Amino acid sequence: MTAPVAHIIRDQHFWLSPQRCLFWEEQQALILSDLHFGKTGHFRKHGIAVPQEIYKEDLQRLVEQISYFKPRQLIAVGDLFHSVANKEMDWFLKWRRDLGELSFVLVKGNHDILSNAWYAQAGIDLHTGTYTVAGFDFVHDPDEAESNGDNYIFSGHLHPGVHINGLGKQSLQFPCYYFGKAMAILPAFSKFSGLAIIRKKKVDTVYAIVNQSLVAIQ
Amino acid sequence: MQVQQTKGYRVINQWLQARGFAAFAFQEESWQEIINGKSGLVNAPTGCGKTYSVFLGALIQFINEHPEQYLRKKNNGLQLLWITPLRALAKDIGRAMEEVITELGLPWKIGIRNGDTDTAERLKQKKNMPEVLIITPESLHLLLAQKKYPEIFHRLRIIAVDEWHELLGSKRGVQVELAVSRIVHCQAPGYPQACVWGISATIGNLPEAKDVLLAPLQQEGVIIRAAINKQIVVESILPDEIEKYPWAGHLGIKLAEKLVPIIDQNRTTLIFINTRGMSETWYQTLLNVAPQLAGAIALHHGSIEQELRLWVEEALHTEKLKAVVCTSSLDLGVDFRPVDTVVQVGSPKGIARFLQRAGRSGHRPGEISKIYFLPTHSLELLEVAALKTAIDEMAIESREPMLLCFDVLLQYLCTLAIGEGFEQAALFREIKNTHCFSDITETEWQEILLHLTIGGKALQQYDEYKKVEVEDGLYLIKNRRIAFRHRMHIGTIVSDAMLKVKMMNGGYVGVIEEWFISRLEPGDVFTLAGRNLELVMIKDMQVMVRKSNSRKTIVPSWMGGRMSLTANLGRILRETFNKALVAEDSIELQSLHGLFDLQQQLSHIPRHNELLIEQLEDKNGFHLLVYPFEGRQVHEALSAILAYRIGQIMPITFSISMNDYGFELLSDQPVPVDDSNVRELFSTDHLLTDIQKSVNNTEMAKRKFRDIAVIGGLIFQGMPGEKKKARHLQSSASLLFKVFDEYDPNNILLKQAYQEVLLQQMDEVRLRLAMQRIGQSKIVLTFPEKLTPLSFPIIVDGLNRNHYSSEKLEDRVRKMQQQLEK
Repeated sequence: MTAPVAHIIRDQHFWLSPQRCLFWEEQQALILSDLHFGKTGHFRKHGIAVPQEIYKEDLQRLVEQISYFKPRQLIAVGDLFHSVANKEMDWFLKWRRDLGELSFVLVKGNHDILSNAWYAQAGIDLHTGTYTVAGFDFVHDPDEAESNGDNYIFSGHLHPGVHINGLGKQSLQFPCYYFGKAMAILPAFSKFSGLAIIRKKKVDTVYAIVNQSLVAIQ
Repeated sequence: MQVQQTKGYRVINQWLQARGFAAFAFQEESWQEIINGKSGLVNAPTGCGKTYSVFLGALIQFINEHPEQYLRKKNNGLQLLWITPLRALAKDIGRAMEEVITELGLPWKIGIRNGDTDTAERLKQKKNMPEVLIITPESLHLLLAQKKYPEIFHRLRIIAVDEWHELLGSKRGVQVELAVSRIVHCQAPGYPQACVWGISATIGNLPEAKDVLLAPLQQEGVIIRAAINKQIVVESILPDEIEKYPWAGHLGIKLAEKLVPIIDQNRTTLIFINTRGMSETWYQTLLNVAPQLAGAIALHHGSIEQELRLWVEEALHTEKLKAVVCTSSLDLGVDFRPVDTVVQVGSPKGIARFLQRAGRSGHRPGEISKIYFLPTHSLELLEVAALKTAIDEMAIESREPMLLCFDVLLQYLCTLAIGEGFEQAALFREIKNTHCFSDITETEWQEILLHLTIGGKALQQYDEYKKVEVEDGLYLIKNRRIAFRHRMHIGTIVSDAMLKVKMMNGGYVGVIEEWFISRLEPGDVFTLAGRNLELVMIKDMQVMVRKSNSRKTIVPSWMGGRMSLTANLGRILRETFNKALVAEDSIELQSLHGLFDLQQQLSHIPRHNELLIEQLEDKNGFHLLVYPFEGRQVHEALSAILAYRIGQIMPITFSISMNDYGFELLSDQPVPVDDSNVRELFSTDHLLTDIQKSVNNTEMAKRKFRDIAVIGGLIFQGMPGEKKKARHLQSSASLLFKVFDEYDPNNILLKQAYQEVLLQQMDEVRLRLAMQRIGQSKIVLTFPEKLTPLSFPIIVDGLNRNHYSSEKLEDRVRKMQQQLEK
């Protein structure tokens, strides 16, 4: 993995990792979105044989990122789990217990349909709607973000991707971080997820995730 | 026993005579073989009584076996199973059979079973099977998913497979192979075994077609050919002036006016268009140039809502329509319909298809078939010249049967697991008798069983994979929801990711591909089924639209709509080039002289023993154009290998486009090809290794995987009543492909995708032949200053499908970013 890239918003330092999560230095918080844990299990339970390996790797990647950045808290901007509970969640719970001291905030996404009790016993602090920390808002669906004064917004939901064109009819697309004037959209953490191509405006900053590195897109 | 001596023959013959008909020799021949208990294939053109050859044979057999009671014997159980590829055909055939039976006074019943059959009718059939059941391959598989299905087939005498040439070479053909093999193995002892009869139009490999169908019987069988030679006249509709550059698509539309008198002068005209998108455009154009035709012309293609299509078919039947603009959706099933004129717009891409379409007109024996050909770009005039030669030579293509379709097998095994369940060793022996799976290995079979029971790579203690369970040696699906979903799924063997299009005020218009609609914004207007529709929203897998009067509309395109020129036609086309500049009697070639002059002036006209390669540079980059005239499919393979080989010389990235004449490698940097290395690039050395490597490098396998994932049960379309839950099970084929490629490369369906590319697209034998031919040709390298007439259609309108790169991804992105800065 190449080193994280620093991105500054309103004097706050955000370190973007090519592993699809970012670290907020001042708040010691790891921020990520659309993890879709349990998705492979959900498919398999219904007779669709997708490899579970991808879930294992997603979980391992998260652990690696936590040991790299050593955050105090984790903020998931929605879609932590894919659907109803299944056995794959047991593995998540095991991992959660091992990192009991880490505070874990989930801003509820449209896929997060487990019972409140479930989140409570998993040590997850559940927030519906908008969650605010030090002038920054966290909300799952960018369309549902209400302008809360001048706060900068972090969202997810879309699984943003960026399209780049070159000479000779070349074109490529990658998952990306999107930073607009007042709102950021995070890439989906889960690798079992598709892409929604976003259109970049001139003032926006977009980082494409190309294999193990980040490339700022013009 | 001579059939002519039998009672059944006398009864049928009397009936024929009363109607003023006489049996054809091939019909009598097939009746003879049927009463002898033989199986085989009847080869007869459409409209020559091929239906009667097998159907009346079944009646003769029945009358012979019950000479005294045949007029009284009711509820005889299923006697004749009639498999047809099209629902629309079922109705026509049923109607024709019904007529015979009523007039004979036979107490038989004719049943139809397909997606449109309602539950009440199904229940009735279950209680009391009709003597004749007309069925599609998909519905037949659904029948095999029922409990106690073997009882249905106990007394079955004949399995007839209509339009076998259409099914052969497709996965639905494999479905038929499997169903036939199951039925002949589940008949009760003591009853005579059912015979299998295929009915086919002429194709290049009739004996093979017969062998594939009869494989489960382990019988030789006979081929009966109708010696009916039909004269075919091809008339080209020529533009008044030929442009020097062939611009795909546009020329044709300009000629639309010339169609109006043809439509006026004839009773019913079928206008065949190659793609669904273009058929929409043509329908609009015809209405614009001849508004008086409104109400008298209709549009018919595979993405139009069933009900509308049925209406068009019915209106054709009752002669309410003057003309129908259609795609291959009407290739079949006009047997009983009054069509007297056929127009082919654009290259038909193959001789067999062209002949079949021509045969739609004047389909009474002895009549001349006339087909008008309307070119969509000027080079197609060359194709029609080639087609005329091909018809004289009767160089009709073969249909290659498909091999080892594990996706269809997986679907079939689940089907059986829902109904009676299966015992693996016995079923393995059974499917090994089919042509498709004759080469399946024990290891592959075990892998398939494991896929169904264990589900590939998993994390044991965290896994709840559930599909097929094994109980007392029997493989069963017990989960009701999985069974329900599978049943819903069997019919979707050919569908892509399609969304239904629905009017806001109710009523369906048709289906549209997801990728197309996802590019539109609400308020955009598109055309479907000849109507202008405004997109309102996409909700629950449905596209909600309202009528629009806007003039600006987008015509949708459907992926995979284009067909490839066949190898036979390709060869004749190459030879036709020899005559390009010779003054000749062919009107098509004469009209192309201007274009050829320009080609010669800028570059070169390739003779049949030459390979032309053009290299030129423009604002898009560096183009390398190669013209093997082998058809798009071969070009896709050849271009992949060439790109791979050039990529070994230096890191380079290509976008690859192709049409039936040649292909283009486009790069952002000069392409290192010159007379010092060009021979080597087309050498047959290491061909197999290079094929393997280029397969992994292109998107071909990914595209194959779309169908495989749907058929193999990895992708579910949304279904009523289960919308929300099903949404959590949705994923795109391209995402699944990526996931398997990275995390479970040994997955059997993923391997099949690569295998299909190797077997069908990158077929080593065919590629070796093509490259050997090129090896013996003179290679002509030219460096034209500007686009040549031959390169124009590829660069402007070629199918841009593949990409190849031997550069590092990070380097490419960096380079593309720098290009932007300039």
